[in-house]
Amino acid sequence: MDSSYLTWIIFLPLAGAIIVALISNNHSKLIRYVSAIFTLVPLILAVILFVNFDRSAAAAGVMQFEQKAAWINSINAYYHVGVDGLSLPLVVLTAFLGFIVVLISWKINLRVREYFAWLLLLETSILGVFCSLDLLLFFIFWEIEIIPMYFLISVWGSGRKEYSAIKYVIFTLFGSAFMLAGILSVYFTTGSLSMVDLAQNGLGMVQSIMPAAPIFFLLLTGFAVKLPVVPVHTWLPDAHTDAPTAGSVMLAGALIKMGGYGMIRLCVSFFPQVARDYAPLLVTLAMISVLYGAAVTLRQTDIKRLIAYSSVSHMGFVLLGVFALGEVSLTGAALQMVSHGLLTGLMFAMAGMVIHNVEERNLNNLGGLARQIPIIAVVFSVAGLGSLGLPLTSGFAAEFIIFTGSFSSTIVNNIEVFTLLSVLGVVLSAGYILWMIQRTFYGPVQEQYNFVKDADGLERVYMFAFIGLIMLVGIYPAILTDVIKLGISPITGLIGG
Amino acid sequence: MNLGLFIPELCLASFAIAVILLDLIVQRKGYLVLVSLVGLLVSAGFTIAMWGDGPEAILGDMLAVDSFALFFKLLFLGIAALVILSSVDYASKMERFQGEFYALILLSSLGMMLMAATTDLIAIYIALDLASISLYILVGFLKDAKSTESSLKYLLLGAVSSAVLLYGMAMVFGVTGKTQVADIATALQSMSISGILDNPALLVGIVFLIGGFGFKIAAIPFHMWVPDVYEGAPTPITAYLSVGSKAAGFAVILRVFYSAFGMPEWLSLNWGAVFAVLAAIGMTVGNITALPQTNIKRMLGYSSIAQAGYLMVGLATMGMAPAGNLLGQSSILFFLAGYALANLGAFSAIIAISNKIDSDLIQDYSGMIKRAPWLALALSLCLISLIGMPPAAGFMAKFYVFSGAVQHGLLWLIIIAVINSVISAYYYLRVVKVMWFGEPSSEEKVPSSAALKLVLFLSCLGVLLLGIIPGYVMKLAETAANMFRF
Repeated sequence: MDSSYLTWIIFLPLAGAIIVALISNNHSKLIRYVSAIFTLVPLILAVILFVNFDRSAAAAGVMQFEQKAAWINSINAYYHVGVDGLSLPLVVLTAFLGFIVVLISWKINLRVREYFAWLLLLETSILGVFCSLDLLLFFIFWEIEIIPMYFLISVWGSGRKEYSAIKYVIFTLFGSAFMLAGILSVYFTTGSLSMVDLAQNGLGMVQSIMPAAPIFFLLLTGFAVKLPVVPVHTWLPDAHTDAPTAGSVMLAGALIKMGGYGMIRLCVSFFPQVARDYAPLLVTLAMISVLYGAAVTLRQTDIKRLIAYSSVSHMGFVLLGVFALGEVSLTGAALQMVSHGLLTGLMFAMAGMVIHNVEERNLNNLGGLARQIPIIAVVFSVAGLGSLGLPLTSGFAAEFIIFTGSFSSTIVNNIEVFTLLSVLGVVLSAGYILWMIQRTFYGPVQEQYNFVKDADGLERVYMFAFIGLIMLVGIYPAILTDVIKLGISPITGLIGG
Repeated sequence: MNLGLFIPELCLASFAIAVILLDLIVQRKGYLVLVSLVGLLVSAGFTIAMWGDGPEAILGDMLAVDSFALFFKLLFLGIAALVILSSVDYASKMERFQGEFYALILLSSLGMMLMAATTDLIAIYIALDLASISLYILVGFLKDAKSTESSLKYLLLGAVSSAVLLYGMAMVFGVTGKTQVADIATALQSMSISGILDNPALLVGIVFLIGGFGFKIAAIPFHMWVPDVYEGAPTPITAYLSVGSKAAGFAVILRVFYSAFGMPEWLSLNWGAVFAVLAAIGMTVGNITALPQTNIKRMLGYSSIAQAGYLMVGLATMGMAPAGNLLGQSSILFFLAGYALANLGAFSAIIAISNKIDSDLIQDYSGMIKRAPWLALALSLCLISLIGMPPAAGFMAKFYVFSGAVQHGLLWLIIIAVINSVISAYYYLRVVKVMWFGEPSSEEKVPSSAALKLVLFLSCLGVLLLGIIPGYVMKLAETAANMFRF
């Protein structure tokens, strides 16, 4: 089945970026509307795909809405895009966030043209990563994303923005350098760049002998930096803290999901046996990420830095779910990526709003804002509660599935211990989230914040859109898990019982 | 013998002479540029017309006319055209010798074209000297202290390296009794392994050849001249040196090592290993020494040492690969094309900027995005290509070269290479950072002439095309690598 839907979804933002780049800076309103249109259409298309996705059992492991065209014959590379149950929810999430960040950025006034051009290019590259089914294409989209993010942080960021931006670039490039070596090794042990063939035939395609474990770890390094996994996480707090609000939302919401996605799509499904062998190591790293991330989060006083560190902890759950290697745990990990994208995306959006309206980001100086900006306070609280896993929110559904899935997974020895220790991360997250909300919104009212503005009309629209999705997934997680399962079951089939 | 096959070279030589003569009579020097460009175009036209014909040998088997040579000829003609276009502003400042300037560029590209075609050690030496001597003069063309110093340095070191090269050729001749690369190969195959090993002259000769050619491609440890000469030479000539001279060096190495020393497998494995080690050291030293540079031309000088390292990965692949596997060769050809475009683009942006601000210091590029947005954008794209990030040509080139190396057990080298790419990102991006985020020292716009705009447009277009749809050029490179005359 050949369909050009995905191509449109991927490249419309790029077309928008080019158009925006050609509009004069004086027409900033036009630039905003063009950006909104060129992100809204991909979102609508992504929703159409989601509705039309074939959910029957026969569709398990089958790529849908595929498009394939010859690209570089000499190295057997194709322009090949498609989605399955694993990538579709992430595509929808990215398209959603891509549209929302344009709304979030409505008030940007500095170098508007460049800003929106980079933002749109960023969306194209992330969508491209989730849709690519050819390793070279995948890697190109993976690398392209670095450039817009670098500019977004260093021009429109705050604090030590240039330091954070170059740190982000160097870490990511370092990871992807190893990934490139891994991809080259995969290519020459199998002679193929097709992610579909590699996942289906696995090591059956090997033509020349090369031990699988080094390749697995070369690839994993790239994804571990992105996810991030302790100890290669240090770029994340800096980049998230100093990025502009839209940048933080994209980073936390969609970008770091590329790491988890890559682990499942490349590492686990190409090398199921290696993944089994090294799962104890990786599950240990996951537990350390969860606990260390949470412990460090407790110490933060900067509102954005706190949310950033909480991402380290929450992405640890994803790593746990992935390398528990059970069908349920992997489903939970994929769901957690979507859920975390919504929750943290919303939290960063709200934090950005607080910082923009109040002009203060230090928790020690904030307080009592619930009186002055009630709507922001309520929405921020809901996002926070979702993030600590309150039932009825997506956070609960995802973490619950991860923990039950990991606990009952039969693949890794002593997984129960790791799971139970990781659950402590939830307890800690309740601590830091509630503490943050209390320090920001409750306590004695402070006079100097009396004239702070609450959310305006546009802001209300997108924050309730977030809340709606969070609740929808929380109350009826099957809307996603039914889809995700189709992508996960063939992978767990490879791993075996 | 069919002299028709020699027309591109003859044509270029006659246009070079015509340019010198015209210089005496015309007042408007713009015509000289025009005539030089016409000469290059005509020569390129004849070259393209020969593409696809079977390999032939001319001039007593001294020169091969095969797809490999034609690919390089087109590359050199293109490079020379872009260099001449980017010199227009620069040369117009000179009061005298404009004609000689353009004529020397044409002559040295003639030398490079011959280098790519020669199949005989003596002819290689002559072609190399034609290219080099023209370049010695061009480097000193500014006649100020720095330019003269770098010219002298280049001349002295170049002469030493030529001597080393000649010595190596003499030793190879001494062992095999032949100067034709094909005859050398035949002679080597008829000798026994112990016969060669007992006679170290051949191995020493090969090492000397690597040294002599290594000077041209700026391989470690024959790279000492690079930063000084790059800094002192007129900027268009720096650009020319960094791409033309390097590409010519690789053309010769590819032909000599593949054709003459490719066959006894243990021999090619050995020189392959030498190139692998040189590549690893070259890119590491080049990148690390580029980090602290403050002068952009010097920085690009060190970066070109590192790029030579990446290219030598392809030579190592060629040595490691069994005969008949041409991935190493074709990937070098593709890499050279992408590197030439990116480097020429970067240098022409530098020419435009330094014309205005009269400085090559990176810190003076501060805020360039506000003073010359398109120049800064083009320079950023070219630097991104040099890092090897998509969607630029540099990424595809590296992917192509590295993929060949992984296939032949050089994963260790590739890991060194990719880590080097990360290191290089730091200094390339520093320039981007200064241009985009620095505060401009003045609000004055930086103008660029139509010729420079054209060069920038062509090279950026090429960089993007090679990065996004590289298939066609890869096919050309493969054809070229497949069609060695010998």
